[in-house]
Amino acid sequence: MMVMRWQLAYPETVIPFLGYLFGEAGIMLPEQYNSLGAMHGTIMIFLGVVPLAVGAFGNYVVPLQIGAPDMAFPKLNAASYWSYFVGGVIMVASFFMPEGAARSGWTSYPPLSIFESGQTMWLIGMVFLITSSLLGSMNFITTIIQLRAPGLTWMRLPIFVWAQFVSSFLLVLAFPPLEAAAILQLMDRIASTSFFMPSGLVYAGAPVDVSGYGSPLLWQHLFWFLAHPEVYVLILPAMGIVGEILANNTRKPIWGYKSIVFALVILGFLSFIVWAHHMFLTGMGQVMSSFFQTTTMIISIPSVIILTAYFMSLWGGSIRFNTPMLFALAFLPMFGIGGLTGLPLGLAAADIYLHDTYYVIGHFHYVVAPGTLFALFAGIYYWFPKITGRKMNEALGKLHFWPSLIFMNGVFMPMFIQGLAGVSRRLYDGGEMYAHASDVLQWNEFMSISAFCLGAAQIPFIINFFMSIFVGEKADRNPWKSTTVEWAAPSPPIGHGNFDTKIIVHREAYEYGVPDAKNDFTPQTEET
Amino acid sequence: MEIPYIVDEREDTGLINSKLGIWIFLASEVMLFGGLFSAYVFLRMAAPPGDFAHWGAELNVPLATLNTLVLITSSVTMVMSWASLKLKDFEKYKIYMALTLLCAAIFLVVKYFEYTAKFHHDIFPSSSTFMAIYFTLTGLHGLHIIGGMIVITYLWMPFGNKIWHTNPEHFTNRVEVIGLYWHFVDLVWIFLFPVLYLI
Repeated sequence: MMVMRWQLAYPETVIPFLGYLFGEAGIMLPEQYNSLGAMHGTIMIFLGVVPLAVGAFGNYVVPLQIGAPDMAFPKLNAASYWSYFVGGVIMVASFFMPEGAARSGWTSYPPLSIFESGQTMWLIGMVFLITSSLLGSMNFITTIIQLRAPGLTWMRLPIFVWAQFVSSFLLVLAFPPLEAAAILQLMDRIASTSFFMPSGLVYAGAPVDVSGYGSPLLWQHLFWFLAHPEVYVLILPAMGIVGEILANNTRKPIWGYKSIVFALVILGFLSFIVWAHHMFLTGMGQVMSSFFQTTTMIISIPSVIILTAYFMSLWGGSIRFNTPMLFALAFLPMFGIGGLTGLPLGLAAADIYLHDTYYVIGHFHYVVAPGTLFALFAGIYYWFPKITGRKMNEALGKLHFWPSLIFMNGVFMPMFIQGLAGVSRRLYDGGEMYAHASDVLQWNEFMSISAFCLGAAQIPFIINFFMSIFVGEKADRNPWKSTTVEWAAPSPPIGHGNFDTKIIVHREAYEYGVPDAKNDFTPQTEET
Repeated sequence: MEIPYIVDEREDTGLINSKLGIWIFLASEVMLFGGLFSAYVFLRMAAPPGDFAHWGAELNVPLATLNTLVLITSSVTMVMSWASLKLKDFEKYKIYMALTLLCAAIFLVVKYFEYTAKFHHDIFPSSSTFMAIYFTLTGLHGLHIIGGMIVITYLWMPFGNKIWHTNPEHFTNRVEVIGLYWHFVDLVWIFLFPVLYLI
């Protein structure tokens, strides 16, 4: 990623330190930039955020929060992990194959992706990663339905469990069509079928020898049928984590618990009928565009409900500004920027201008980078004492937070400016060859330097993480004085079975600051 | 600590874990084949009139009818094997399970002859969009059959069914779950047969 930013800021120059990996004399070739672009998207989404948010946090925290001894299918869990591992190895190995890694963008639009080299490995890797997600989410749904502790009714579940529940359904139902599409594209590449190949196609000056009558649009429909719900898979667990931390650190019940839960569920349903707002420019017709524009506007309502409820939760709370809370608080405006800048993209008319510009890049990076990523950091700081029995260092945590917040905005805010000026997103020289980009090109260097500083700002986190495992301040069962069930387990939880006492739930998830209670928090496991 | 609800049903949901799990898995399979069937509809609309019917006439309907009957029979024997376990008749279970496996094998052999006949006439997936989708759909369905056969073989072999002697109910549940999967695979064929061969 940093190499890409170097390339955009200083095109046609030698890349420092890593130059020997690229072309002649250490200068990046256009194809290599395309490969890095495609693989950046793929790796960040399918090997980064989903495994971390759903795989890691989900697997660790969900059974604890519902008072279960384990996931419902431990062997299936292992199968899911190893399938992910194989998929990851195939993806990364593709960089070192003679053909190189995939270079058709993470969206892999045909016919380009049928001709370009490296795509076969990408498709095979994807099939493994999809299988992994599928097995994992079957497990989540079963676990949440079947293994809730006695007394833990649906409306007593923590927000995080609800968020995982909804995103598991999205994964189970949205991923298979992409698997189908990947199989079809694999057939196009290997068996020279023409699922996605139209008739009369000319490539490199010669007519392409296929039977024809295929449709490139079919791929886009199948792809975005997954990839839009996938966006919600990236954001829902993050919202869940933030909800937990907000309730805990404002010391009051989360505002509008039921509204949040219903908004999450509605968000899940609606995310299946908005996919074609990625395709306004394909010429699919006005009727289709209007329909998907309308659904897209409707789906912003539940997101706004959740965000509003979170802001209202801050009202009148006695807020503790510890590191997890800082990250959770930063999530709110950052995700807000990401969400609001998405509205013009959902309107078919505005999208004609903004489509495929840096504006889009800025929009979704605000959602997933300072949005989801900050929530994941918050989650790591918050649950670290549960996992290791030691707290992370607060001073280093703040040293991690503040520079990250500043440089994160330094990287992504100028993208809106460039995008509004019309700079296209996939240019390997950052738009240098286009006259209309010349007024905004100076931002490239600014963004790149911000990105390098952002990378440097992660050093305190890495030091903190590994140091705290060994010398961090010892934590008891419930260092944050929290109400949810996971804090009733020892820190770290015992190897098989998690809990050392029998868990029975007596009350709702966030009973903070209840009048006449003996503490300012009442754990769910405490008898009435 | 044991994971609960492996053998006994949870009171408020009325389900055991594995039954719920397989139904969710089947839901995802519906989406997988649903995606492919909608691709079929999409491509059929995009093709020139009569193209799908022209290529569809190349397929061997009598053989496919035979295969349909074979698969339906295997579904029946699958239910019978599960019912035998419920009646605590382990020997009958083994016979019915072997019959299921035999039917699956017959299905694949017939499919093999269908495929090779096409190849002899120089018909390949690349010949036309119809043939592409025919080979992809039936091939993927064939893979599902093979997957089912592996599990059935495992449950038939002594090392797979030794759990019957210690915990018969647990074993019966396993057979029920693979049965659900097997019926689904049959059901996919019941859809594939008319869509590819008859219309």
